[in-house]
Amino acid sequence: MEDLVLNPQDYKIINQHILEYQSMPGALLPLLHAIQDDIGYVPELAYSLIAKALSLSVAEVHGVVTFYHHFRTHQPGRHILQVCRAESCQALGSDALEIHIKNKLGIEFHETTPDGAFTLEPIYCLGNCACSPSVMINEEVYGRVDNKKIDQLISDLKNAS
Amino acid sequence: MTIKIFVPIDSTALSLGANEVAVAISKEAQAKKLDIQIIRNSSRGLFWLETLVELETPQGRIGFGPINPSDVKSLFDADFINGGEHPLALGLVSEIDWLKKQERLTFARMGITEPTNIDQYMAHDGFQGLKNALNLKPEAIVETVTASGLRGRGGAAFPTGIKWKTVLDTQATQKYIVCNADEGDSGTYSDRMIMEGDPFVLIEGMIIAGLAVGATQGYIYLRSEYPHALKTLNEAIHQATKIDYLGEDILKSGKSFHLEVRRAAGAYICGEETSLLESLEGKRGLVRFKPPLPAIEGLFGKPTVVNNVVSLATVPIILAKGAKYYQDFGMGKSRGTLPIQLAGNLKRTGLVEKAFGITLRELLYDFGGGSLSGKPIKAVQVGGPLGAYLPESQFDTPLDYEKFSEIFAVLGHGGIVAFDETVNMAKMARYAFNFCAIESCGKCTPCRIGSTRGIEVIDHIMQGHDVNKHIALVRDLADTMLNGSLCALGGMTPFPVLSALNHFSKDFGVDAIDSKA
Ligand SMILES: Cc1cc2nc3c(=O)[nH]c(=O)nc-3n(C[C@H](O)[C@H](O)[C@H](O)COP(=O)(O)O)c2cc1C
Ligand code: SF4
Repeated sequence: MEDLVLNPQDYKIINQHILEYQSMPGALLPLLHAIQDDIGYVPELAYSLIAKALSLSVAEVHGVVTFYHHFRTHQPGRHILQVCRAESCQALGSDALEIHIKNKLGIEFHETTPDGAFTLEPIYCLGNCACSPSVMINEEVYGRVDNKKIDQLISDLKNAS
Repeated sequence: MTIKIFVPIDSTALSLGANEVAVAISKEAQAKKLDIQIIRNSSRGLFWLETLVELETPQGRIGFGPINPSDVKSLFDADFINGGEHPLALGLVSEIDWLKKQERLTFARMGITEPTNIDQYMAHDGFQGLKNALNLKPEAIVETVTASGLRGRGGAAFPTGIKWKTVLDTQATQKYIVCNADEGDSGTYSDRMIMEGDPFVLIEGMIIAGLAVGATQGYIYLRSEYPHALKTLNEAIHQATKIDYLGEDILKSGKSFHLEVRRAAGAYICGEETSLLESLEGKRGLVRFKPPLPAIEGLFGKPTVVNNVVSLATVPIILAKGAKYYQDFGMGKSRGTLPIQLAGNLKRTGLVEKAFGITLRELLYDFGGGSLSGKPIKAVQVGGPLGAYLPESQFDTPLDYEKFSEIFAVLGHGGIVAFDETVNMAKMARYAFNFCAIESCGKCTPCRIGSTRGIEVIDHIMQGHDVNKHIALVRDLADTMLNGSLCALGGMTPFPVLSALNHFSKDFGVDAIDSKA
């Protein structure tokens, strides 16, 4: 069920960030980043707080959050696994790797495993094109990834969490 | 004496285990009670040899690579520190043919220095350009950049000096320098290498740009996919500010320049300069109508220089060595060097900085070593996702903006992605439409709707439905997008699509193509 109010801790964090950023020129993206960095996503319940502080409408805030692929509107899994789908990775078999990962985790892109461990996302270029195929896990890039390597990475993370 | 061992900190090296290599080296040295110092340098860009471990010797740095964490023990067992032989030894790094054949101007320090060590930056010619610029009038700085022939490396290849002149000549209370560090083009990583490996050269270039046009505030709009670059840039800005190279009264010149990094949020279109400005202002990244040019009404409505990372990072050497030095490299109207990024299915991938004029074939075979898979190279895409696919028959084209446009291709940001014969070009054409559909800002119909229609039509072709009729439809659609789109996302998606269709018609289920686009 969706929450109806922000939990007190998130509310506090969001308000702190609003205070920190509201006087900055072009504050909205830095503010959204700060919120997502801390709580993992940008809760819809925060839109009105943000809108009020930056003199925007709630629709404008919503428009910005949803325009950018980076911002999430729901809590992701504990680990975020992003698979590069761009040309260089395709040239070295990322299509097959993508299918392997989806089968292994039993989810599609933009989904989270039922145990809340992994969220799977597509990404278009990690700047690691000299060593394709690449994936990013929790903001770390891995290059020359094959089925065996990704299986290892996934099981290491499972054991760690 | 302490032995110096270099292990790169570039994120491609990290993606192959460079941190684990560094840890393993430190452990082995401890076990053997060796007095070593591990230095985390930038990457030489010889990514096919990463992790490239270097050992300082009186003759110069000796390389070992590619080193996996599991190879480290054998290095020590072979006593590599004292000249012991090892199968992965490469000899003097500066003598490696792949590196020696390059002309490293913008990337001169790459692999040599520690990224955020400002003393090392200065010891390797850093800030010479800035010091010269501080003694010049703004007009003279702009003239030097114009005379160098430098054209924007972000893709559009617009002369940098002319852009700066417009901003210089526009009166305003506030002007801005915006660095486009969105590097969205697939197959490219030269901006990333600069920001992670030699951040001060970008900072220096931006300060010079500020002096040239009279701007006191700069922003680096950095893609969110580059967390390491973010950390490195912020640390470098901190270092430069501490010793008054940034901030108020730079080097007691009375001039000031403030610099801030802003994170993008994963939208390819925000690499387009007007969309980028909208995003910096905190809005959705919708492309603006031009005119007004950003040089006249840019960020927050003020005159703004928007330049790519590599363009700005090339300015210091131009100011340090003079316009003529730079402009003596290159061919035709493409002056200087291009940092070329080899990617995809190649044996020896990495960064090749060469004067314009080198051919694709030299890059793919002499540098690239042919395909990684060993199968023939069938197609290469040059210039990112909006660049054309070129067949073997065009591999002798020299890298030159004009020569590429003669064959309906672009150099873009200098990325080259190779595919072997297993690639299906109809699928790549479909991908191009799909990418456009995902990344369209939605402002104009040909791009927003056309891209989705394109996917459907290619699906019909791939399923063998009424192929000729659907190919004609693709051409119509491409025509509409070429002529009716506001920006190059919609306007150039036809490049990969039509080049795939024209050069690789078999993959679309027809023998030959009658009408060329
Ligand atoms: C869809 C699209 C994406 C672009 N992405 C980038 C980019 O990621 N980086 C970049 O420097 N320029 C990009 N550009 C080009 C910019 O609009 C602009 O020409 C450039 O930043 C100007 O800097 P330069 O003259 O130094 O190249 C893009 C253009 C378009 C149409
Ligand atoms: S061509 Fe596409 S991305 Fe460019 S302005 Fe039009 S809709 Fe936006």
